[in-house]
Amino acid sequence: MAEITLSKLAHSYFAKPRGEADFALKEMDHVWQDGGAYALLGASGCGKTTLLNIISGLVTPSQGRVLFGGRDVTRAPTAERNIAQVFQFPVVYDTMTVRENLAFPLKNRGRDAAYVARRVDQIAKMIGMESALDRRAQGLTADAKQKISLGRGMVREDVNAILFDEPLTVIDPHMKWELRTQLKQLHREFGHTMIYVTHDQTEALTFADKVVVMHEGRVVQTGTPEELFETPEHTFVGYFIGSPGMNLFDAEVQGETARVNGIDVPLGAAYPALRGRVQIGIRPEFVSLAAEGLPVTVTRVEDVGRHRILRAEAFGRPVNLLLPEGEAAATGQTRLRLAPEKINVYADDWRVKPLGQQRGA
Amino acid sequence: MDKSQNNRAWFLVLPVLVLVAFSAVIPLMTVVNYSVQDTFGNNAFFWAGLEWFEEIITSERIHAALGRQVLFTAIILAIQVPLGIFVALHMPKKGFWASLCLILMAMPLLIPFNVVGTIWQIFGRVDIGLLGRVLTALGFDYNYTSDWLDAWATVIVMDVWHWTSLVALLCYAGLQSIPEAYYQAAKIDQASRWAVFRHIELPKMRGVLLIAVLLRFMDSFMIYTEPFVVTGGGPGNATTFLSIDLVKMAIGQFDLGPAAAFSIIYFLVILLISWVFYTVMTNLDRETK
Repeated sequence: MAEITLSKLAHSYFAKPRGEADFALKEMDHVWQDGGAYALLGASGCGKTTLLNIISGLVTPSQGRVLFGGRDVTRAPTAERNIAQVFQFPVVYDTMTVRENLAFPLKNRGRDAAYVARRVDQIAKMIGMESALDRRAQGLTADAKQKISLGRGMVREDVNAILFDEPLTVIDPHMKWELRTQLKQLHREFGHTMIYVTHDQTEALTFADKVVVMHEGRVVQTGTPEELFETPEHTFVGYFIGSPGMNLFDAEVQGETARVNGIDVPLGAAYPALRGRVQIGIRPEFVSLAAEGLPVTVTRVEDVGRHRILRAEAFGRPVNLLLPEGEAAATGQTRLRLAPEKINVYADDWRVKPLGQQRGA
Repeated sequence: MDKSQNNRAWFLVLPVLVLVAFSAVIPLMTVVNYSVQDTFGNNAFFWAGLEWFEEIITSERIHAALGRQVLFTAIILAIQVPLGIFVALHMPKKGFWASLCLILMAMPLLIPFNVVGTIWQIFGRVDIGLLGRVLTALGFDYNYTSDWLDAWATVIVMDVWHWTSLVALLCYAGLQSIPEAYYQAAKIDQASRWAVFRHIELPKMRGVLLIAVLLRFMDSFMIYTEPFVVTGGGPGNATTFLSIDLVKMAIGQFDLGPAAAFSIIYFLVILLISWVFYTVMTNLDRETK
């Protein structure tokens, strides 16, 4: 097991990239701490899988280095890295039985038969396939095959990291929850570094201690689920995490006040003079109906079970807020109060730290 | 699920029935007809029963030809199947070189059989052929017209040159259908090159390999044109395979009765061995399931 460091890493699938747009991964520095449970979250096509394949050695990066505990493995083949990876779609060896499939990575490493048998039994129990061990893998259903793929990923105890590339896509919802719990338990037991790629935020937030959000080939924020919720460092994080996502308004910010279409909105802190496109963002959880504030037109109220979402429009742009239980939904024209201490300020999509927090924060 | 029964639907099968009757069944019946009759000329035939069949089955000449045929086919399969797999595994998977390889591989398959024979007949001649002269210059006593081993080697190398492409192209198609994720998973699982072949590539090629083996078996078992053009069945009877012998009998000696009986037995042998191949290979597949 080892800490995985990505140093000045960038990758392009073109032989001669012309400019930044040709890079699937923009230059990045990132450290995956030994034993961390990470979720790698982002929209489809943002470079998550590329990043994973670079770590496992299936793709050689065009620039930068990959270090495993200080050892440079940038050019090392996959086998040398001793890493496990589970892919989005099941990969099983058709001609082998389930047992042989699970034992395959251990046999390739030349482990003795008694150990292999014991380990295979443990894993079979974990994925709930003890009764199917001697069946051929070929005729099994897609989710059984994916469970085998997961099992093969977990069977080696000495791996440097386990990478999951949206592994639960083909699994039915109930089993999904159970397997995720198993993965968490496995993590607690063995302390492997785990990186879990997904575009499903619930999956990411329930699995991981740390969530890494990627957007257009960049890591835009790494943090705990709370951090991502409270202080999204990029408007994409605000929009992507949370349901519904963060509300954004174009604004002019001066000191402790933001002006949104001529209406003053108080902020929780003072901000420096800003350039570029300035926006303020606030989560629907911190917006409430009030007598004073932003004028909006209510368009509809949605009951999503646990709470109700009020959808409205302010200056032609949608605004959402969560209605507390028991509160009557407004109709027509109303005004919204934005909790000042929960407002974040963005310049060109990146969060601006308030004055006084600039240093050390 | 009410299915309407209408027996007039059988009429729809009629055109096919007529076609098959005229193209296969009726010509075959004339062969059957010849195989059970004898004639002393003047178009007068009389019943001979199973006489011709007995003669063919006990004929040492036919036994010898059958032995040569089985040996030839066995050698052909033993070379072409592994070689074809080997070539397919080493062909580029995409891009310009893949296209070029495919075209080059397909070329021998497009050349008419008798042209292939003529090419090798000239190629191997010791007086003007490139191969013959080079081998002679290197000190080999090579002459396919007088030495049976040289004749066999020439015919086998020619067939390998002509038909290995077919096996390779079929295997290549099988290999192309393997998703990249399988190779990636194998790398992750630290599988050896042999394990990748044994557990990923070979299982995916099994279907096309069955077709390749069947086609190569049938074609090589019926081979006629190429060895006939190169060696004419010689030296002596060294390369007289079943088809060559059959044609000698039917057209050379005009023994229509025995030739017809021979044809029918020949046909049944091919059918039988093909069936055995097919059954064995599909069962192998099922057993490992």
